[in-house]
This record gives sequence, C-alpha cells and structure tokens, in this order.
Amino acid sequence: MTAFIPDHSGPGMTARLKDATGVAVVSLFLGIPMIALHTVDVGGVLAVATRWPWLIAFAVTMFTGRLVLQFALDHLKINKARRERARPAVRATRPWLKWTGYAVLGFSIVLPIMCSGNRYVVDTATTVMIYVMLGWGLNVVVGLAGLLDLGYVAFYAVGAYTYGLLSTHFGWGFWETLPVAGALAAGFGILLGWPTLRLRGDYLAIVTLGFGEIVRLILVNWTDFSGGPNGIGSIPRPTFFGLPFAPAGDGPTFASFFGIEYAPEHRVIFLYYVILVLALLTNLFIARLRKLPVGIAWEAVREDEVACKALGMNVTNIKLSAFAIGAMLGGFAGVFFAARQGFISPESFVFSESATILAIVVLGGMGSQLGVVVAAILLVLLPELGRDFSEYRMLMFGAAMILIMVWRPGGLIASRAPTVRLHKEAQP
Amino acid sequence: MTTTPMLQYSGVHAHYGAIHALRGVDLNVQKGEIVTLIGANGAGKSTLMMSLFGKPAASAGKIAFQGNDITRVPTHDISRQGIALVPEGRRIFPRMTVLENLQMGSTFADPAHFDADTRRVFDMFPILEQRQLQRAGTLSGGEQQMLAIGRALMGRPQLLLLDEPSLGLAPLYIKQVFRIIRELNERDGMTILLVEQNAHHALNVAHRGYVLQHGEIVLTGTGKELLASPEVRAAYLEGSAQAHG
Ligand SMILES: Nc1ncnc2c1ncn2[C@@H]1O[C@H](COP(=O)(O)OP(=O)(O)O)[C@@H](O)[C@H]1O
Ligand SMILES: [Mg+2]
Repeated sequence: MTAFIPDHSGPGMTARLKDATGVAVVSLFLGIPMIALHTVDVGGVLAVATRWPWLIAFAVTMFTGRLVLQFALDHLKINKARRERARPAVRATRPWLKWTGYAVLGFSIVLPIMCSGNRYVVDTATTVMIYVMLGWGLNVVVGLAGLLDLGYVAFYAVGAYTYGLLSTHFGWGFWETLPVAGALAAGFGILLGWPTLRLRGDYLAIVTLGFGEIVRLILVNWTDFSGGPNGIGSIPRPTFFGLPFAPAGDGPTFASFFGIEYAPEHRVIFLYYVILVLALLTNLFIARLRKLPVGIAWEAVREDEVACKALGMNVTNIKLSAFAIGAMLGGFAGVFFAARQGFISPESFVFSESATILAIVVLGGMGSQLGVVVAAILLVLLPELGRDFSEYRMLMFGAAMILIMVWRPGGLIASRAPTVRLHKEAQP
Repeated sequence: MTTTPMLQYSGVHAHYGAIHALRGVDLNVQKGEIVTLIGANGAGKSTLMMSLFGKPAASAGKIAFQGNDITRVPTHDISRQGIALVPEGRRIFPRMTVLENLQMGSTFADPAHFDADTRRVFDMFPILEQRQLQRAGTLSGGEQQMLAIGRALMGRPQLLLLDEPSLGLAPLYIKQVFRIIRELNERDGMTILLVEQNAHHALNVAHRGYVLQHGEIVLTGTGKELLASPEVRAAYLEGSAQAHG
C-alpha cells in the first residue's frame, strides 16, 4: 500500500515574510533603548548619542535570521515526515545500532588499558558508568513504564547509606552489601509505589519529588543515624577478592600478591571494571526482562492503561514491579558510589541529581539502552569540557538540551527493536 | 428461557458523578448469538459495555456471566473469565509492534498457545502478518481495528465485546469488519455483543438487537424486526440509508 505523500512545503513565502517582518519590527522597538541609544563620554560628561545604522543592521539581521531559522525547522519537519512514510513495512532491527553497541562495549573494555597512565580519564569514565547505570535503572521506570519519577536519587541514597552504615558499623564488605542494599532500595520503591502509583502523571511526579526531598532531609537531620550534614567517612574500598589496594604492609596486598609495583592507579582501574561489570549485568538483566511478558507489559501500561486492564493485566502490580526494579538498580549504583568515594553526605543526593538522571533518560531516547549511554557521556563530559569557560557552562548545557530536543524530539536514539518474534516453525 | 444466558444484565444502573448514565438496563446474550446494541451518541452504549469491567462500576443491579455474579470482580480479573473487549477507539499500543500487541492480548493464556493463536489471527488478517514487526501506530485505521480484534482473540474468549468497530473506517474496511464478525460467529461459534451507531449493518448481521436511549432500553427484537420497525427506521436508519444506497 503506498501512502499518498502530500508535498507540504510548510507555510507559503508570504506567511514567512510576514512572520519575519513581525520579528524585525519587535527588534526595532527593543533595539531603540538597547542599541540605538548609547552613552558617550564628552569631556567628562555623559551624553546620549545615537547610532541608527546599527539599529537598522540589527533589525535586518533579525529578519534574515528568523527566515533562515523557520526555513530550517520546516525543512527538518518535512524530511522527518518523509522518512517516516518511506519506512518499509517490515523493518529489521537496525544493524548499525547493534554494531555501535558492540563498538562502545569494546571501547569501554580497553579504555583503562589505553589510558592507564591517565587517572583523570579513567576516573571520568567511572563517573560516566555510574550515570549509565542510574540511567538504565530510571529508564525502566520512566522510559518503559512511563512513570515520571523525580525522586530517583532517593534510591541511590538508600544504596549508598546502606553500604556506608553496614561497612563502618558492622564491617560488611562490598559484595555482601550489594544484594542487601538492592533489596532495601526495592523495598523503599514498593513502599513509595504502593500508595502513590494510582496517581496519574503530574501527581506522581510531585509525590516522588517530595519523597526524594524527605529522604535527603532525614539524612541531614537524623545525625545519630546518618552523621547528618557531615555524612559518613572512611568507608572501606572494595578489595580484589580480599586483597586490598594498598602499599605493601603487614598482610598480602593486590600488588604484593601479583608481584607488581604498587600504584594508586590499580584501584582506580579496578573500580572502573567493577562498575563496568555491574552496568553490563544491569544491561543483560533489562534486555532479558524486556523480552518477558512483564517487560512488554511495562510498555503496554505506558501506552494505554485502560486497554491493559481490559486485557486482564494487573496494572498496579506491573507498575510496582517497574518501580521496584528501577529502585533496586539505583541502590546498586549507590553502593558502588559509596565504595568509590569512601565518603558520602546528603549533598550528593540533591534534586539536581535526579534531574540529571532524568535528563539522561529523556535525552537518550526513552527506552533506548544505547541512547542512555550516549546521553550519559554527553551530560558528564559537557560540564567537564566547559570547565575552562565555566561562566557559560549552564548556558552551553541549556543550549545543547534545546538543540537536541528540537532536532530529535524522541531523544538521540528513538528507535526500538521488536521484543517478540515468532518461532521459525510458526512462520509460513 | 431455560438455559442460563451467557451474559445477563438485570436492572443495572451506572453513574459518572452526578450523571446517571445507565438507568436500569436489562439485557441478555445467549451462547452463540450476535446481539447488537444501537443508540445515538451519548446514549450510554460504551458505559454499558465498560460497566462489565467496573469502569464505571454498576451502582445498582447485577451483571452475571454464565450464571456467576461478576458485578464486583476487579477489572483485571474480568477478561480471565473468558470475556474480551475491543474498546471504542481501538486503543492499540501505538509504539509497540503488531506482534507485541498480540502478545499483550494473551497475558494470562497458556504461552504454549501463543504461536498457534498468532497463526490463527494472521490467517484471519493476512495484512497483520506482513506488518508484524511494524509499530502499530503506523498502521491505517482499518488495520488498527483488525489488530484490536486480533488482540482480543488472543485470550481465547467465549464472549467478544466490540464497541463501535466500524467507527471512522473507510467503507471497504467497514464491510470487512462486519464480514469478520459474521465469520467468527458462524465458523467459531463466538458469542458477540456488538455496539454500533451503524444500525443498518449491525442489525443485518445480528440475531437480536436492543435500542438504548438516554441510558434505558427502549426497544428490543430480532435484527429483522428492528430493521423493519418504524421507530428504528426514523431514528437510526433514515440518514444512513442513503449512504448505503
Ligand atoms: N468519563 C466520563 N465522565 C463523565 N461522563 C461521562 C464519561 N463517559 C461518558 N460520560 C457521559 O455518559 C453518557 C453516556 O456516554 P457513553 O456511554 O460514552 O455513550 P455512547 O457510547 O452511547 O456514545 C454521556 O452523557 C456522556 O457524556
Ligand atoms: Mg461510545
């Protein structure tokens, strides 16, 4: 069936000229106080001078700028509509996407070896991986199940404080704490979700926002429990199967066991691989879940709750499972964060963290695993790169977000691979 | 009547806040029947169908399925009893593929049946097979309707509810939808409750019909009787009779 493609080249030229003229007129008026009139120093006295040619130039620039912008936007829209229509009926999973995924994986494995001399690079890559993991966790909630969670950082905090407290008070190790913290965070997710998941979009967002703040305020104020604003320090670092990363001392260390020279980079690289493994496990776990009925049901609930109920799905339980799994993954990331920093305080779990993670999910393309990776890299590296001209950091950040949303409203990677396929024998 | 009807409404009332949408509806559907419910826009047809799923719940009266009272059964347990709904406006999952939509229709069915059930739906709607990996939102309106029907059939229901399946479809698709309804009934013995504004087609395909007006059943009879009835002709067929020639 061939679809009829209307050749809508956007509004006509007259409409565009009208629109641009409007913009030019407004800029003329605004330009009078801002550009046309300026003050000059005439023999120690301030005097007002005019510069009409500047104003004219400004208006003309605005006029052409507006025309070009409108034209470009229309062009983008038309091209997009064309592409959508031209899509073949049965489309295989985009192969380039798969290969890009493998390339990123390969790169992330060899990265510390390539840059072993450069601690800063490995450190930054570790930060990226933490955000990737958080993004994948939140992606289950926001991208797949379509539940707007603005307090995700609370589960991250639960994980971090679980490790912080269990390790400093009871001497628990990193790997033992991991499942406990995950379960605890999932428990918190269910606790929050049970009464609130009946709420729709905006209300759920507000309640989760409040939850995030409550958790942070408890951590700040309950000093006996959490150390208050001072946080928890001297959290033990993960060991390599019991071998600490330390200069040669009494017991065997990582360096002495393998007979190599001690170097502080060992731990940095080890931490990187720990988070890489955690992230990969997360990815496999989610990829597996998405192919199961429960994973497909998450997306169905996002699409249409009423239809789901009529089809016999228990929507509340489906949402709850998404919430709990998202929370659990956040908890894992929190444990790693505490182990890596060696110090945690409520300041690491403020709302802007939740916002950053949410931005990663939305920017990456809701539901896309690779998209989250790309967005996490962008959102961690952009501020890092912007350090040199830090006054413009937020400006650059904002501009980048707007540009991406205009250019790709569905996120960087909006395509989604089919999760269900027929078995071969059922095909004709 | 000696046998228990498959579906029975007795004196069902339903409200949306202060709006009294159903005012004591009595209706039954026997096994193997096609029963149609016709009525103007806003008469309460969709409300009648959704009250079966408790959305909105019946505020008085009783709804029974195969003799069991299901008035208070939770929404998500209704379809497990063997009732499938093709809702008004289709409500397919637009960003998911055709196959995933079908999978969602079989959430509580035995997974071992999935391939065979999909096969059956594809044989009924070959176009869906060609589009199985395409996003459902990119299908045409008629194809989406077929997907919605196919999805409902994946749960192997005994009773199929269709809410205005011909709404907004091109004439060619309308014909096909009614042909499928008849086929399902004659070949598979499916019991069907059909809500329609397209009274002409609906009464032609149905064994019996009810006319709903302001939340009340005002007329009932066989499809032929209603087609011939002057009230029905005046209210529901005059305008559309020309359209269908
Ligand atoms: N969600 C709702 N909230 C309030 N009123 C509703 C709602 N849905 C339907 N109604 C009202 O109930 C009456 C019956 O509607 P409906 O069952 O949708 O009619 P039909 O399907 O016959 O067109 C109408 O007056 C409609 O305005
Ligand atoms: Mg209706």
